[in-house]
Amino acid sequence: MNKSIEEHLRRLEAESIYILREAYANIDPLVMLWSIGKDSTTLLYLVKKAFLGRVPFPLVHLDTDMEMDEVYAFRDWIAKEWDFDLTIEHCPPESEMDPTLPPASRAAARKTQGLKNLIQDGKYEGVFLGIRRDEQSMRAKERVFSPRDNNGEWNFKDQPAEFWGQYKTDFPEGTHIRIHPLLHWTELDIWRYTQLENIPYVPLYLARDGKRYRSLGEKNITFPVDSNADTLEAIIAELEETRDPERAGRAMDNETEDAFERLRASGYM
Amino acid sequence: MTAQNTQQLPIVIVGHVDHGKSSLIGRLLYDTQSLPANKQKEIEAISSKRGMDMEWSFVLDSFQAERDQAITIDTTQIWFKTPKRSYVIIDAPGHREFLKNMISGAAQAEAAILVLDAKEGIKEQTKRHAYLLHLLGLKQVIVAINKMDLVKNDEARFNELSKDVSEYLASLNIFPTAIIPISARQGDNIANSAEKSMPWYKGHTIVQKLDTLTASAALIEKPARFPVQDVYRFDERRIIVGHLDSGRIKIGDKLTFSPVNETATVTTIESWPAKAEQTEVEAGQSIAITLDQPIFVERGHIGSHAEDAPMLSNVFRMHLFWLSDKPLKVGNVYKIRLATQEALATVQAIEKTIDTDDLKSSEMGDVVRNGVAEIVFRTRDMLALDPFSDNPSTGRCVIYDGFDVAGGGIVSMEGYADQRMAYVQRPKNIYTVEHLIPHEERAQRNGHKGAVFWFTGLSGAGKSTVAMNVERYLFDKGYNTYVLDGDNVRHGLNKDLGFSPEDRKENIRRVAAVSGLQADAGLITITAFISPYREDRESARALTPDHFHEIFIKADLATCENRDPKNLYKKARAGDIKEFTGISSPYEEPDNPDLVVDTQKHDLQTCIQQVADYIESHVKIADIKTKKISNS
Repeated sequence: MNKSIEEHLRRLEAESIYILREAYANIDPLVMLWSIGKDSTTLLYLVKKAFLGRVPFPLVHLDTDMEMDEVYAFRDWIAKEWDFDLTIEHCPPESEMDPTLPPASRAAARKTQGLKNLIQDGKYEGVFLGIRRDEQSMRAKERVFSPRDNNGEWNFKDQPAEFWGQYKTDFPEGTHIRIHPLLHWTELDIWRYTQLENIPYVPLYLARDGKRYRSLGEKNITFPVDSNADTLEAIIAELEETRDPERAGRAMDNETEDAFERLRASGYM
Repeated sequence: MTAQNTQQLPIVIVGHVDHGKSSLIGRLLYDTQSLPANKQKEIEAISSKRGMDMEWSFVLDSFQAERDQAITIDTTQIWFKTPKRSYVIIDAPGHREFLKNMISGAAQAEAAILVLDAKEGIKEQTKRHAYLLHLLGLKQVIVAINKMDLVKNDEARFNELSKDVSEYLASLNIFPTAIIPISARQGDNIANSAEKSMPWYKGHTIVQKLDTLTASAALIEKPARFPVQDVYRFDERRIIVGHLDSGRIKIGDKLTFSPVNETATVTTIESWPAKAEQTEVEAGQSIAITLDQPIFVERGHIGSHAEDAPMLSNVFRMHLFWLSDKPLKVGNVYKIRLATQEALATVQAIEKTIDTDDLKSSEMGDVVRNGVAEIVFRTRDMLALDPFSDNPSTGRCVIYDGFDVAGGGIVSMEGYADQRMAYVQRPKNIYTVEHLIPHEERAQRNGHKGAVFWFTGLSGAGKSTVAMNVERYLFDKGYNTYVLDGDNVRHGLNKDLGFSPEDRKENIRRVAAVSGLQADAGLITITAFISPYREDRESARALTPDHFHEIFIKADLATCENRDPKNLYKKARAGDIKEFTGISSPYEEPDNPDLVVDTQKHDLQTCIQQVADYIESHVKIADIKTKKISNS
C-alpha cells in the first residue's frame, strides 16, 4: 500500500479512536449496534483498538430474522473468534409498521422500531453506529454526535454546531445521542483499512458468478451488483474506478425521491 | 483535535447567498467526473420534472425541503478527485441564519474558495465569511468571481472586483492565493479553461490552483500537547489515553501534566493488537501510555515536556464568534471546553464587538447571534492554554450555553501574564521565625494598628495625589504612615523591571511583599500603583488578609486621558509607549473594593477626607476602646 494512503488511513483511525474515547468519557450508558456489515465490523475493530482489546459497552445486533445465511454464519464465527458478549435483539414484525411507507422502507422501519425499543429498555444515552457521510446524501448532513429527541427523531434542519473536535455531550433527559465515529470515512477507506489491518468480512462482498454485494441488508430488499471483484484487491481496484453509488442495491433508498429522508428523520440509522 | 491528512485536502466554499457556491460544487464534481452515475440522472430527472434548466446546485441540495426553499440548509461533505489527489468539499451555506453550519464546515478546512457574484460584488455575507476565515486561521484562500457570463465576461469588471476584494481581504490579513474569473453555469475556468469566452485570462483554473495548495504544516515540530481524554484501569495498570495534538513523545520522556504540574516518565506506549515495541508517537495519533509514577492525572490535564509547557492562567482574551440566540453579556457564566479541559468561565469584559460589514469595532454592548467580538474570560480554576498563534489545539475553545454549543473562538494572551511561576513556585523549605513582639504590643506603642491600603486605578485617576495628601494628613495627626508609590519604587527596588505582563506582575508581587512587611512593622502603608490585574491584587491581599484594604481610585478612561498629567496617554496613543494600561493593555476593575473614591465626581479635598476617615476608622485599636467602655 502506498505510503500516503496508509498515512491517510492512520489519520482516519486516530480521529475515530478519539471520537470513541470522547463518547466513553462523557456518556453513560452506551451501546453499540453491530450490523455485521463491513462498516460496523470496522467500527468494532476500532473499538477494540481504542479500548486496548476490550469492548467496554454492550454490543447489539438488531436482528430482523431476514439477514442472509452467510451473515448469520459470519456473526456467530466472529463473536466466538473475538470473544465478546453479543446481544441479539429481534425487531418487531412488519405488520406493526406504518402502512403508508413503501414496502422496502416498511421493512427497514422494523429496524428503526427495534432500535427505539432497545434504547428505551436499556435507557441508553449514547448509541454507536457505523454510518458514513459518503454512503448517501442524507447521511452526508449528519453530525458526529447527533442528538435525537424522545421519539428518536432527527431534527436535521436545526443541528448543533460541531467543530474543533468538541462535541455535544450534554442533552435533556429522555433524549439520546447517536455517535458516528466513521462518519468521515469513505467506502474505499473502509476496504483499504480492512486490507491494511486484515479485518475479517462477510464473503458475500466478493463476486461470485459476475455478481457481488456492495452493501448488505435484508434478503428481500437487497440485491447484488454486477462485478468481477472476487478478492479484496479487486474490490479496491473496482471502487477506485466506479461511479455507481454504494447503496444502488438497497431498494429502500430508491423508492421515492424522499424515501430515505423520511426513514432517517423518523430514527433510522 | 483536527484530522490532518496528506491524501485528501478538505476545502470549504463560502460566500454570499445566491452567489453560486452550490453551483460551483456541482460543476466541480461534474467536470472532474466525480459525480455518481445515478446522481446525474436523478438530478436531470428532478430538474426537468420541475420545469427548470439543469441546476448544478441540486447535486448537493439533496433534501426535499431544500429543493423547495432553494437554499442549502446544512453542511454537506462531498468528495472529488483530480489527477493529483482527492478533495473533501465542505459546503457552507450562505444564508445568514445558518452561520453555525458554516463554522462547523469551515473549521475542518485547510483552504477556502470565496465565491463572489460578478454582478453584485462584495456583500454582507462575503465580508462575514471572510472575517470568519480569518478567525478560524484559514490562510489559503482562492477567490472565484462567478457568473462572469452575466457581465459579458468583461475584463474591466473582473479587475475592478479583484481590487475591491483584495483590499478587503488585506484588511483581515488574508492574501488570496488566486483570484479567478469563472462561470459555474457555463463551466468556465473550473476544470476547463475558458479560452473562448475569457481569452484575456491567462491564469490557473480552479482545479489547477487547488492542486498547487498544500496541507497545513504538520504540528509535529511544535511542542508536545497531549490533552488527556481518560485514564483506563482495565487491569492493574493505569493507562492514560488521548490524542497527541502536537509534537512527539518517546518512551523515557519526562512529561509534565498541567495545570496540576505533576511530572512522571513515560514507561510504555500501549496498543492493540500488540505491535513490535513502539518507542515513539507523534502528532496526529490517538495514543495510550503508562507512567513510572502513580501521579494525579485525569481527563482535562494537558501533558507536555516540562521545558515547553503551556501557559497557566485563569484570565484570557478571546476573539470569538457567537451562534446562540441568547446574547453573550458581561457577568454571564458559561461552560467552556479547551482541549479536554472543562471550566466555568465568567465574561469579565466585552472589549470590542466587531461589525463584519466595515470591520469597525465598537466598544461594549452585548454580543448577539452571528456576532464577532473580543472578550475577556475569567475562570475560577487555572487552565493550561496557549495563544492560538503558538498552538491551535490548546489555543481555542468552544463555549456552551445550556446543552448547546453557543460559540467558539481563539485565545489571545496579549496583556496577560503566564501564571505558571507564581502558581508553581511554592517555597518548600522556608520556615518563618517568630518575632518576640506581638502585633498588639506594637499597636499599643504606636497608638494604631499597621495595615495596607491598596490603591488601584488608571494612570491619571489621582492615586499618587490622594495618597501623598492622605499621608501628610495622617502624619500631622500623629500616625506612623508611609506611601509606596509606583514611580518611586521603580527607581530602586524594581529598577530591573519593565512593563510586560510578566514584569508588571513581578512589580506588584514585590510591592505587595514590602507593604506586607511595613504593615507588620506597624506602619499605615498606602500603595499607589495602577495594579491592573485582579489576580495580582488578590495575591497581595493573601499576604496580609486581615489588614488589607482595596481602595478603587475611580475615574474613567476619557477623564484620565484628558488629565494626562505626565503626557503618557498622548505617547501611548502615538504608539511611543507599548503596553499602556487602558490603551494597549487591560485594566481589570475591582469586583468588590473596600472603598471607592470617585475622583471624577468629587474634588481633591473630599477624596482625601474620604480616604483618611476610612483609614482612621480601620486602624483604631479595638481592645483599648473596649476597655474604656467597660471602665466607664
